Amino acid sequence: MYSRAYKTAVTIPPLLWVTVFLLVPYAILFCYSFWSVSSAQTILHNWNLQNYLQLARNPIYAQVLFRSMRIAASVTVLALLLGYPLAYYLSFHAAKRKDLLYQLVIIPLWASYLVRGYAWKTILGSDGVLNGFLQYLHITHRPVEFFLYSPFAVIITLTHIYTPFTLLPIYASLEHIPRNLVEASHDLGASPWSTFRRVILPLSLPGVLAGATFAFVLSLGDFLAPLLVGGPSGIMISNVVVSLFGAAYNWPLGAAISF
Amino acid sequence: MTETAAHAAASGSSAASAAPILSIRQVIKRFGQRPVLRGITLDVASGEFLTILGESGSGKTTLLRLIAGFEDLDSGEIWMGAERLDRIPAHHRQVNTVFQSYAIFPHLSVFENVAYGLRAKYTPKSEIPERVTQALVMVKMGEFTQAAPAKLSGGQQQRVALARALVNRPRVLLLDEPLSALDANLRRQMQVELKSLQREVGITFIFVTHDQEEAMALSDRVALLRAGLLEQVAPPREIYGEPATAYAAQFIGQTNLLRAEVRDGIASAGSIVWHTFGTTGTGTYSLRPECIRLVAESESAGMLPADVTTARFRGRIRNQSFGGAMDLIEIDCGGAHPIRARVPSPGILSGEREFEFAASDAVRVREGESD
Repeated sequence: MYSRAYKTAVTIPPLLWVTVFLLVPYAILFCYSFWSVSSAQTILHNWNLQNYLQLARNPIYAQVLFRSMRIAASVTVLALLLGYPLAYYLSFHAAKRKDLLYQLVIIPLWASYLVRGYAWKTILGSDGVLNGFLQYLHITHRPVEFFLYSPFAVIITLTHIYTPFTLLPIYASLEHIPRNLVEASHDLGASPWSTFRRVILPLSLPGVLAGATFAFVLSLGDFLAPLLVGGPSGIMISNVVVSLFGAAYNWPLGAAISF
Repeated sequence: MTETAAHAAASGSSAASAAPILSIRQVIKRFGQRPVLRGITLDVASGEFLTILGESGSGKTTLLRLIAGFEDLDSGEIWMGAERLDRIPAHHRQVNTVFQSYAIFPHLSVFENVAYGLRAKYTPKSEIPERVTQALVMVKMGEFTQAAPAKLSGGQQQRVALARALVNRPRVLLLDEPLSALDANLRRQMQVELKSLQREVGITFIFVTHDQEEAMALSDRVALLRAGLLEQVAPPREIYGEPATAYAAQFIGQTNLLRAEVRDGIASAGSIVWHTFGTTGTGTYSLRPECIRLVAESESAGMLPADVTTARFRGRIRNQSFGGAMDLIEIDCGGAHPIRARVPSPGILSGEREFEFAASDAVRVREGESD
């Protein structure tokens, strides 16, 4: 096996990296959350729990946090509903089109996040593509306002951005299922639907879990989509953190929210 | 058709004459442009242990998959009794498969694996535990009911796969090289168990293998498949004793193929001459190594055979390999290929010696298309 020196040599650099650039900043930030800001905008190093008390007392923060969770949960569900069937089709039925379809899933990841965000702005805006289309069909006579600058817009945009992240682990786990298990299930008299429910779905659950985690965590921490298409009602927790650290210059409160 | 081939065909049909349980008719299957099965017609009798024997690429697994319903055939029909099997989906067929790699569901316990087929067919819940236990006891896995499949050895997984298939009481059980992943000892043990299990349950077994010894040991009949065509279908003793083709003779056991000129009831292949009932012309004969006898030096009076039923020839001993009770020796008779003989260990031989064989042991065979 590998020598002790070799093991140490390969473990130290990543461990150092994580410590210096992740754990130490976390610790510093954690300390910040117990400090306060003076009226002269300087940080006072007096240990107290004021920031956490303020978070608990002011319902705005809980509201934003709750909304962020709701949006992230919606995105997760939608991404799974879109991603799973596509991953299933890709893995089991696409045959020759598999490579092409797989590339089509990957390609959007090459486009910048901002570009995709602005694209949704153009689609959902009051003289946007969607409203133009609806008016053209005489389904509505006035632009529908709630498309843009709403939680709805944030959910749509985030679902679009994070569906590939959900699809890929699901696809990987489906690809890992030996095909003779599917054949064995049919052989034993299980219908295609029953085979899906009793063999394919349980064996792909690790992928579903990984995909759902990606969608939930990434959208919960997202601040660009709410900034671009969210409007005041689409504000998420990250936006609050950003504004506290930036414009408000209240690092201690921002740090407290982060934890 | 030669006498032996006609005989083989006759006995082949008689074995399956009592209303075949499975009838494969003119089945053709291609993968893209490549033909895999080129017209297979085969009847399987109820309760029979039939082995489909062939080299890799002969189409044996494809034939099994067509019966199971994992592949669609390009033309032809498969009947099970009065039911057109190839038209119904795999999950409605009364056929179960034991897969080469076992295909045990990794997320289910041994019990749930075996119960899978029963649950899929909505067997009354009260019946399930008893039938599952019964099946597991039958394959000697009674104490592993709640085990996780990952903890089982290859041989144990094999038994679970067998129980999982048999618990459904299929009309035909398909086995796709089920023993090929086991080591030699376990394999021989499983062969014996498989054979007695088949007698016990009385279910028709269709067993696919590339191992001719396994085929001989287990089967009531062997269907020898070669490049998508059936070469011969007959009981193992018959295939061995009266191979229909040169390929069958070579694939099942070792043999010497003698290309002989036949004239007036005398066949001659180089220096080897014997009496035959074969028709005049050129013909290929199969002579098994164990049919050749070393003539004791005191007996070898001359080149004259003792009578018309025995043939004698002389040859130089080129090679001798010790094999315990029997030695395999290679005899140079001046032909392109040495003649191989298996004789009771005679001590070390050298020089030129005399050999004999019964003329009836030289069996006329058809040449295959690509020999």
